[in-house]
Amino acid sequence: MKIVIVDYGIGNVRSIYNAFSYQGLNPILSNDSEVILNADGLVLPGVGAFSHAMKNLIKYNLINIIKNYAKTGKPLLGICLGMQLLLEESEEFGYTKGIGLIKGKVVKLPFNKSNQVKLPSIGWCGIKSNVVKWEKTILNEINLNSEMYFVHSFVSNVTDQNEILSVTDYYDFTFCSTLKKGNIYGCQFHPEKSSIVGLKIIKNFIDICK
Amino acid sequence: MKRKSRIIARLDIKNDFVIKGIHLEGLRKVGNPNELALKYYNDGIDEIILMDAVAAYYDRNSLSEIVKRTCHNVFVPITVGGGIRKIEDIQIALNSGADKVAINTQAVNEPNFIRRSSEVFGSQCIIGSIDAKKKSNKNWEVFIDNGREPTGKDVLEWARELEFLGAGEIMITSIDQEGTKKGFDIELNKALSEILTIPIISCGGAGHVNHISELILNTNIDAVAIASILHYKLDEIPKLKETLNDHEVINVRL
Repeated sequence: MKIVIVDYGIGNVRSIYNAFSYQGLNPILSNDSEVILNADGLVLPGVGAFSHAMKNLIKYNLINIIKNYAKTGKPLLGICLGMQLLLEESEEFGYTKGIGLIKGKVVKLPFNKSNQVKLPSIGWCGIKSNVVKWEKTILNEINLNSEMYFVHSFVSNVTDQNEILSVTDYYDFTFCSTLKKGNIYGCQFHPEKSSIVGLKIIKNFIDICK
Repeated sequence: MKRKSRIIARLDIKNDFVIKGIHLEGLRKVGNPNELALKYYNDGIDEIILMDAVAAYYDRNSLSEIVKRTCHNVFVPITVGGGIRKIEDIQIALNSGADKVAINTQAVNEPNFIRRSSEVFGSQCIIGSIDAKKKSNKNWEVFIDNGREPTGKDVLEWARELEFLGAGEIMITSIDQEGTKKGFDIELNKALSEILTIPIISCGGAGHVNHISELILNTNIDAVAIASILHYKLDEIPKLKETLNDHEVINVRL
């Protein structure tokens, strides 16, 4: 099986690579259109700034390649910023256009010093189910309220509630922590950094790619 | 719900061995970094910090092989610190598998390095690390070169500047408490958590689970880095976390 991790010069992809090789695979790091379109499963990683990541995707001509890949119906997984990039736009530094595979906007977590809310929000938090069932998705057999590792200041405001696979609470704010639209998945947390539960999610993604 | 307090294992490393000192001095070998990291991961630690204990002093940076080996079987966030001086050093650490870097001496020598590195890698990747020594009541001084060199800088002002420059977290180590197993400098952590809006990782002094609960109950810090408790097997991670969770207002990942 060919799992391709999109290589566009953003962040730490070694942990994602290691998480897949832990499951016995040899993922390919690439920004080549042919390699990406021939993948059985595609992973879009990302940390840091939305605008910087979009600039790099444009630089490597990857926007249309990712869109064309998604049209094939083969599984795609965006992780952290890689999930946010799937949306239409982000309010980070004003306005930046996203890939636009998912309807919605990336917005800043509500920040409130009197509430002792700190940004970036870093740490472990539970995921809860939304309207969509978890069976046969990347959250298959994951227990409700399993704790995942998050590090972010922005969240995905997904328009269609039916595309929200899990939600997570941050103080009194609830945001989409996993999205699913057909074979397109995104998770705000880092499965590759979320211990045994995270590795199970990686395994679920591999199973979906089979 | 508030984020859970993170419990982090801190491994100070010298010549491929995990070492532990007192007040950052008198270093003693306590084990192999990869074996200890894997053990703490399997026991349920939330994050791991790998610090090159003598890098700043000897002008080098040599953890990348240890980091590479560690992240093969450890799937929690890994921070690398010690001897980070250039953008390329951060890139090497990240390519080796680190998620974050802790920057101390170079930030003092060149504050703009924090701004540049957070612009390139994102704030979430950059931890501003401070070694603090108490001078008088509510007054602490910043030390560099692993606690050897005084800088004349005030810790609270410096922490605020690091936040302003773009650090995503502050790691505060009390030199006075470090390695003593006598508890954290509560006043220092309290003062810091009152002025910062980014997460704080507290180091230095944990010798008993009660020291950790005392810190969490009395300050608004976000994470606790422990070393002696783990290296000297004073407590086990699952038991320690359960004891913490027994407190009604303390919440950690089990």
